[in-house]
Amino acid sequence: MLQSQKYILPLLLLFIGVIVLGFLNISLGSVNIPLKDVIASIFNLEVSKETWRYIIVEYRLPKAITAIITGSGLAISGLLMQTLFRNPLAGPYVLGLSSGASLGVAIVIMGASIFGGAFAGILLSKWSLVVASSLGSLLVLIAVMLASIKLRDTMAILIIGLMFASLTAAVVSVLSYFSPAAQLQQYIFWSFGSLGDLSWNEVGILAVFWLVGLVLAMSCIKNLDTLLLGEQYAKSLGVSIQRNRLIIIIATSLLAGSITAFAGPIAFVGLAVPHLIRQVIPVNNHRILVPAVILGGSALMLICDIAAQLPGQEYTLPINAITSLIGAPVVIWLLVRKRKFLF
Amino acid sequence: MKQNEQHSILKTTNLDIGYNSKAEKTIIAEAIDIEVNEGELVAVIGVNGVGKSTFLRTLSGVQDSLKGQVLVKNQKIQQIDSLKLASLVSLVLTEQPISKNLSVFELVALGRQPYTNWIGRLSKNDLRQIKKSLQNVGIEDLQNKKCYELSDGQLQKVLIARAIAQNTPLVILDEPTTHLDLYHKAYVLKLLKKLTRKTNKAIVFASHEINLAIQLCDKIILMQHKKVTTGSPKELLESGAFSTVFPEGLIIFDKASASFKINP
Repeated sequence: MLQSQKYILPLLLLFIGVIVLGFLNISLGSVNIPLKDVIASIFNLEVSKETWRYIIVEYRLPKAITAIITGSGLAISGLLMQTLFRNPLAGPYVLGLSSGASLGVAIVIMGASIFGGAFAGILLSKWSLVVASSLGSLLVLIAVMLASIKLRDTMAILIIGLMFASLTAAVVSVLSYFSPAAQLQQYIFWSFGSLGDLSWNEVGILAVFWLVGLVLAMSCIKNLDTLLLGEQYAKSLGVSIQRNRLIIIIATSLLAGSITAFAGPIAFVGLAVPHLIRQVIPVNNHRILVPAVILGGSALMLICDIAAQLPGQEYTLPINAITSLIGAPVVIWLLVRKRKFLF
Repeated sequence: MKQNEQHSILKTTNLDIGYNSKAEKTIIAEAIDIEVNEGELVAVIGVNGVGKSTFLRTLSGVQDSLKGQVLVKNQKIQQIDSLKLASLVSLVLTEQPISKNLSVFELVALGRQPYTNWIGRLSKNDLRQIKKSLQNVGIEDLQNKKCYELSDGQLQKVLIARAIAQNTPLVILDEPTTHLDLYHKAYVLKLLKKLTRKTNKAIVFASHEINLAIQLCDKIILMQHKKVTTGSPKELLESGAFSTVFPEGLIIFDKASASFKINP
């Protein structure tokens, strides 16, 4: 009985689910486009109206891909955090990574106007946004990590994460106080979160960060399993704690940072998806968990995006609100049902 | 005559253990010379805070010694590469933050980590070893349970099975009998004894169960303030070493029954 074989079916079903949801995501939107034209646009065939092709190819397709990247990336960084800190409540949002990234973005968007002049042009390019945001989450993560080494208490880590979140929030409010209305508005809109504002070019940048993050995460799949036993056991099994901790931290900051830079601070996906997956597939082996969480995160984000873009409506709701609306009840339900959160 | 065939698994020469911080050196015990051979069950006995855990950590290579050497299979422990060391020494620790969501099988399977490929795929041999260690510890019927469903005694057996699956000639356990009732204490120690006989492993454990250790162990390492005495239970009984384990007055050692009694 090779353990992994019985999980191939659920993984396959998840994969099919993501494909179907992705297709649904592309077909639905404020403009009704007939199914055959949707398919035709994707496969570059004859489309009845040129505007439809434009909507599908230049707007909905990058949006769906962004949803898949953000969902899977945040879910994986949640899983990595939960395993690394051995804490079921860990996730990029809870540990203050998203706040760190927000701080980076706030400094770039609003700082540009305050420091003004020549810097503004350089600072506002998308690359600098990603770098600042990744650095922001990296700094918070390193601080949380150092605190966890010193304190060795899983509860303390969450409190430290919360403290960093309020610290960065304070700095952001100081920045907002001094920045002009236009920049403030730009920042506020960014903080609502959005999947639809990305050009193909930006999707490309995001995809590079996402890919590097995922490859790093996959490189320590085996050691992640060992970390479930705690660091002393992991060490006694020949695992280099320091090296793996470094890889996990870099992977998480790249994922959470770049995603937050482009799509805004998105809550709950990182925390909830690993738990949802553990409900569906009761396994702790990261060889199965990692692909399952990638697929689960993509699926959840596609669903959230469909919900945000209510079919037939003209408005798109902020994606951050939707993930919280869906994510928070899920977390509460899990907690009440299982009474105990396990990682 | 069997004595000649035995191979030394663990040896310390003139070992000083303790902590080395910037400000000062804290010596916990000095000049420890012990030897543990294949198939021996060895107990480390001492009062709370005497440094049993520090000693075990030094023996397993987690902590550096202040002076002297720890030799595992005649190699200096600090010179053994960490993956190689994982195939020589396995640990059973108490109160570790292990994920209770792991199933028994998954947890025991983690003992095979040093031998699996980069992604941790279990080979046929790995599966056989896991099955064997589940059998040896007698927990085959638990293998699909989750760790949060287990009692303390069962969890202890699972952790021992994990160490057995790691297939090392030396197993070190830190207080494997805490939180267990008298029956399970005796059960676990008897199990360790059985494992040394069956698998020829050397097993070293720290414990407060002096009475049980005297009855079961091949050797006892007695830790007192900065002083370490080693010998078979019989040798230690004859030399009267047990009478100074605890501070005088409250508990006395009764030589006739080879056990500790409360001073009436």
